[in-house]
Amino acid sequence: MPSSKTREVSISALLLAVTLVCVAAVLLITVYLMWAGLPAISEIGLGNFLLGKEWASTSSNPKFGILPFILTSVYGTFGAILIGVPIGIGAAVFLSKIAKGPVKRILTSAIDILAGIPSVIYGLIGMLTLVPGIRKLFGLPDGASLLAAIIVLAVMILPSIIKLSAVALDSVPKEYEEASLALGSTPMEAYLHVSIPAARSGIIASIVLGIGRAIGEAMAIMMVSGNVANMPSLFGSVRFLTTAIASEMSYSSGLQRQALFSIALVLFAFIMIVNALLHLILKKGKKHE
Amino acid sequence: MKRILSIGICLIMGMSIVLAGGAKEKASVSTDGSTSMEKVIGALGEAFMNQNPGIKFTYNPTGSGSGISAVKEGRCDIGLSSRALNDSEIAEGLNQTVLAYDGISIVVNNSNPVTGLSIEQLALIFTGKIANWKEVGGNDQTIVVIGREAGSGTRDGFETITGTKESCLYRQELTSTGDVIASISQNPAAIGYASLSSVKDTVKTLKVDGVIPSEQSIADETYKIQRPFIMVTSNARTLSPSAQAFFDFAMSAGTESIISNAGAVDAK
Repeated sequence: MPSSKTREVSISALLLAVTLVCVAAVLLITVYLMWAGLPAISEIGLGNFLLGKEWASTSSNPKFGILPFILTSVYGTFGAILIGVPIGIGAAVFLSKIAKGPVKRILTSAIDILAGIPSVIYGLIGMLTLVPGIRKLFGLPDGASLLAAIIVLAVMILPSIIKLSAVALDSVPKEYEEASLALGSTPMEAYLHVSIPAARSGIIASIVLGIGRAIGEAMAIMMVSGNVANMPSLFGSVRFLTTAIASEMSYSSGLQRQALFSIALVLFAFIMIVNALLHLILKKGKKHE
Repeated sequence: MKRILSIGICLIMGMSIVLAGGAKEKASVSTDGSTSMEKVIGALGEAFMNQNPGIKFTYNPTGSGSGISAVKEGRCDIGLSSRALNDSEIAEGLNQTVLAYDGISIVVNNSNPVTGLSIEQLALIFTGKIANWKEVGGNDQTIVVIGREAGSGTRDGFETITGTKESCLYRQELTSTGDVIASISQNPAAIGYASLSSVKDTVKTLKVDGVIPSEQSIADETYKIQRPFIMVTSNARTLSPSAQAFFDFAMSAGTESIISNAGAVDAK
């Protein structure tokens, strides 16, 4: 038997090694995206690439402007947050403060199931119900639109917003609410004016996580957004950064393929910014406590 | 006890991986490409495996452009394309063999009263110059043009024949034949194109220049919107014996009925 000390050392070395695998994967992806994505940007020109309004990658006179994709991704994510956050926070307050016993258990497992549904299923159901629904409701010729994608994304980000916000609300000390009640507030006033502000940093973190999920989703929105490289409009057919890559990568070649990697690089930059933001908020939240 | 059980399970799983790897020694032929060719190539593959139980046949439905890249990069034995190779692809050392001809059906929703269009009308509709169904004898509603992604063989075939290359205005660009049909079946104002062999009665097929697409109208060329189904091979590599066997089988005289049952017209 090895002594307990060598065993300790060897186990911690093993744990270090598996952690390094993750770090290596991140480094590899970063370096590869830079290497694969930068040549096309320098060939097309950063301004033309980021601000060009036309994407015609396979035409005889190809154009590689990704402004429509960037704006679509930004609007789509913003729209999803606009719808998802009020619903998510409301549900989190109910779950954390009001629901008790079996009701709470059933709701929690329903939200867990929602989180586990594969994105292609969201897309399929959206394509067969939401898209015709939007067409009929608004009297449009076709329902595949930015709006359909926003609604699908809003539902998809709900579980992460609800779960994280509920955890943050759970950890608000009971004394805060009790003090508020003792001063004559109703329970609802206490939740709205005391609990939510106290759980602020956790709730904001959940929103940022939702943004990250929404910006990175491809499969579900590809099936409901129409997938044409137009400048975004709420009822128009649109293409996101993610779906632009997914719909062309398999048959692309030459500059087109390089440009798709450049789109991936832009998407990666977006995700990095969102993560940095999350980090900042969590750090700031810690300082306040 | 639990520990022994879990070690046992791990061992069995590990062994099954090794053994499955061993079984993979079995000869194989891999094809990759056109989603329009799914029925034809699926039927051929099945018949081929029945005749040659020792050979494993695989088909990866990715789209014509992607199948051509796959054979060029050596990721499959035979590429499948529903458009003829262009000059630059032939210059890169690729070979094409026409397996069959397929009609591209023009499909609309079942509730649409229009029964036929001319090629000129189709070109005007797909480029947005005719925007309402009433201009071609239908209901008063805006036409919704649904097409395929830029690498699709069906799209290439349709746009080449109607002379609308790079000028089509699509409302939706979907990535498979099935998605196109599903979308059109949900929208009364939609029009789109799909391989004749994949169209079922969930949508309505239009006559083009007065001719309904069928095996016969494709064979005698009265139906104009048709394109070849081709098998793509690379000059750089010789086919493995099993892939060559499949190639010869597909091109043999006995497969005519298999191909026509799958909705295409034999090219031999």
